[in-house]
Amino acid sequence: MINSSLKQLGQQLASKQVSSVELTQAYLQRMAQLNPTINAYVTIDEDKTLAQAKVADARIAAGEFGPLTGIPLAQKDIFCAKGWRTTCSSKMLETFISPYDAHVISQFDAAGAVNLGKTNMDEFAMGSSNETSYFGGVKNPWDVDRVPGGSSGGSAAAVAARLCAAATGTDTGGSIRQPASLCGFTGLKPTYGLVSRYGMIAFASSLDQAGPMAKSAEDCALMLNVMAGFDERDSTSVNREKEDYTRGLANMTGAQPLKGLRIGLPKEYFAEGLSADVAQVIETAIAEYKKLGAEIVEVSLPNNNLSIPVYYVLAPAEASSNLSRFDGVRYGHRAAEYNDLMEMYMKSRAEGFGAEVKRRILIGTYVLSAGYYDAYYLKAQQIRRLIAQDFVEAFKHCDVIMGPAAPSTAFKAGEKTSDPVAMYLEDLYTIAVNLAGLPGMSIPAGFAASSEGKALPVGLQIIGNYFDEARMLEIGHAYQQVTDWHTRMPEGI
Amino acid sequence: MQWEVVIGLETHTQLQTKSKQFSGASTTYGAEPNTQACEVSIALPGVLPVLNKEAVECAIKFGLAIEAEMAPRSVFSRKNYFYPDLPKGYQISQFELPVVGKGKITIQVPATKNTEAYEKVINITRAHLEEDAGKSVHGAVEGMSGIDLNRAGTPLLEIVTEPDMRSAAEAVAYAKKLHELVQWIGICDGNMQEGSFRCDVNVSVRPKGSDKLGTRREIKNLNSFKFMQQAIEYETQWQIETLEDGGTIQQATVLFNPDTGETRAMRSKEEANDYRYFPDPDLLPLEVTEADKARVRAQMPELPQALQARLVSEYQLSSYDASTLTASRSQADYFVAVVHAGADPKQAANWVMGALSAKLNAEEKSIVDSPVSAAQLAALLKRIADNTISNNAAKQVFEGLWAGEGEVDAIIEAKGLKQVSDTGAIEAIINEVLAANQAMVDEYKAGKEKAFNALVGQCMKASKGKANPAQVNELLKAKLG
Repeated sequence: MINSSLKQLGQQLASKQVSSVELTQAYLQRMAQLNPTINAYVTIDEDKTLAQAKVADARIAAGEFGPLTGIPLAQKDIFCAKGWRTTCSSKMLETFISPYDAHVISQFDAAGAVNLGKTNMDEFAMGSSNETSYFGGVKNPWDVDRVPGGSSGGSAAAVAARLCAAATGTDTGGSIRQPASLCGFTGLKPTYGLVSRYGMIAFASSLDQAGPMAKSAEDCALMLNVMAGFDERDSTSVNREKEDYTRGLANMTGAQPLKGLRIGLPKEYFAEGLSADVAQVIETAIAEYKKLGAEIVEVSLPNNNLSIPVYYVLAPAEASSNLSRFDGVRYGHRAAEYNDLMEMYMKSRAEGFGAEVKRRILIGTYVLSAGYYDAYYLKAQQIRRLIAQDFVEAFKHCDVIMGPAAPSTAFKAGEKTSDPVAMYLEDLYTIAVNLAGLPGMSIPAGFAASSEGKALPVGLQIIGNYFDEARMLEIGHAYQQVTDWHTRMPEGI
Repeated sequence: MQWEVVIGLETHTQLQTKSKQFSGASTTYGAEPNTQACEVSIALPGVLPVLNKEAVECAIKFGLAIEAEMAPRSVFSRKNYFYPDLPKGYQISQFELPVVGKGKITIQVPATKNTEAYEKVINITRAHLEEDAGKSVHGAVEGMSGIDLNRAGTPLLEIVTEPDMRSAAEAVAYAKKLHELVQWIGICDGNMQEGSFRCDVNVSVRPKGSDKLGTRREIKNLNSFKFMQQAIEYETQWQIETLEDGGTIQQATVLFNPDTGETRAMRSKEEANDYRYFPDPDLLPLEVTEADKARVRAQMPELPQALQARLVSEYQLSSYDASTLTASRSQADYFVAVVHAGADPKQAANWVMGALSAKLNAEEKSIVDSPVSAAQLAALLKRIADNTISNNAAKQVFEGLWAGEGEVDAIIEAKGLKQVSDTGAIEAIINEVLAANQAMVDEYKAGKEKAFNALVGQCMKASKGKANPAQVNELLKAKLG
């Protein structure tokens, strides 16, 4: 049952082969057993969860349900959920109980989904290995000595270890796609503005975007159907008609369902920095796409090498301001002792934030300072437009872009913690997508052996044009009809 | 040396919107602390701002009223600083691209003992939308400071002038004119005590004739025109004396103490604040189209300058009367309503600026709360015009209206104030008076003009003041031949 697709689970619930309470209990048991090792969840509240499952069962009994009613999901701890502790994996919010629901949470509530708990993450989503979490790192279920990626590492491990049917994540520079690659599942970062950011604790507002993390493209489509949609409480939410992201999936059958599809391969994605084993897996996956009817064109994203420096100006700039509200005045951590207001601020923030968060606040404060603003922030904004323009050019020659989602397979815990720049390079293939506001996804494309001989997943990234999620999901689904990478489960955990 | 003072104003006007600048929380003044602070006002993690369209309309109204340049696209920026009453750790404001650009306001500087009244054009640099902070409350709890976030997020339009004013009188005339204008166009209630209209005044001095600006000091948060006048006068004198004593002026923020009448630099160790402004990524640029402007213009009342001109041309009022009547929108509205209800414009102007204004002042009432409605005043003026009552009687009727004794005709009836204009009745009274005052008649006939007035007085007395004085005059003259 735990390896079932959302569609299968939905059918079992609808036909009352299993109740939501039973299904939920099965996951809760598995969580009780595995979470102490994996550390995917930071908050579990069985009573709340089971109460939701009961409501879902009542809805199913009354015949008032949708595809996700009764399905147990994991929610990244960046989403405020009413009555739930919402921490962003920071000491700053260790005791913060949200009095309101994020848009994403209320959408899932309305759909009747069950919240299994809040998942671990890099503190305030700043990190690529989940090691900046105040609640400790998350283990990669494929090899517990390795990281799951980040920042949505808890959701990633929960999906990979089947500690939930599916999960939510957020992606500011790769935080859905890189962990999807490292943990071997399907993760989609939608077009900026497709999913409301209301109630999602802000890291870098112009880049943050929530998206689904699930076993397959089809599961992601079902999740996105619930998550996407205009919300007037988010001024950057795009007001466009609701669409059914599953609508084209059934057409992905036959010999060449992708006939005519032009796949662009950016030469910059297959250059220095990409490990050979990952390159090998990606090439094999591309070959599979050719068999499905696609044609391959080479494209260029000449400014991709600037995406990391640009990102590490803009994201910290926004973060330094976004995180100012954590001042110990109204909620969150406040130092126990202080002599005056300034000391209260300084001690509360010094104690409440971890090292990576502080590093980014400092960088952000610096680049926005008088005398530096033009040289850093303004310049970075200009380059950001060039990076977005690269994609506009590339999409003149292709329908989607493909490449690796991460430069290598999962690395060992502690391997990059002392070298922030090495860690930042993890997002070499994902950050430009956020800077351009485009949708990107990672699908399982195979495995590469670790030095100890363990099989580690590799993700193929698919980058689409704006609001092309439905097509991207079809492309992912077509591949998943002829491969079984997405059904593989880690063993021995 | 002759000195010249240079003054510029920054005014924070609180916009009269139902909800806050970036959230749906109410803006009502005086509620229990933190009862009007929603999740956005408190800046809970994850909340986002949504621009209040009503506040944008207020800004457009102001832009139209001062014939300002309005950019088709303006940008909201974050002004970053830490303070307990600033929940997000930044204020959303406009920095590089404000919604309202350059405009003009014409002020009337009143005459003084030594100078004549004159007009002057004050250039407006810009006006931008921003949100207010909350309030720190000291002393409510022993040994602690409280934070009230009811005001946090209240929409403000900050209006900035060029350093165009050259005296405290000009600055006050500008502030009063602006105060009147923002109320006139309905964007601000003008309540200075509640902080709806707050002026910061930048003052510097320089040798007369110099075109270089001196170092300015900013007087913060003046909440009355009287204090503004005093503060500027004191500050100007202080700066001149400091310079004449060989000192220099340091740029500073100063506070005015109404008890001592002095200004004093705020105690602070601050270096210049670096607010790290950058465009707020949570808000899209604000677009104001020609269509938006046309729509707002259609809802706007006639502006004071236009109405003033119309009162002169249409109603033949003096420009002094027209300017006095348009000193506030409520007074202008009242006057126009009296005229529309059929009163003679000149009469209406005299009564509104005279008896009504005096009574309102005496009872410290605003014209919108006048117990005598425009319709009632018009009805009263009609009864003077059609000779039903005399001017003197009208004053009594006015008092009756003020006291709520009923409508005009009922009061005339009840008080028996109706003028007697019946020739027969007046002749009868005259005959009685002549018969009873033969001595006076003789005096008149002997050439004493005064005796005539005395006889008129006797007639009026005999009629209990109700006889039409003009008729009495006429008939008496005829009788005495």
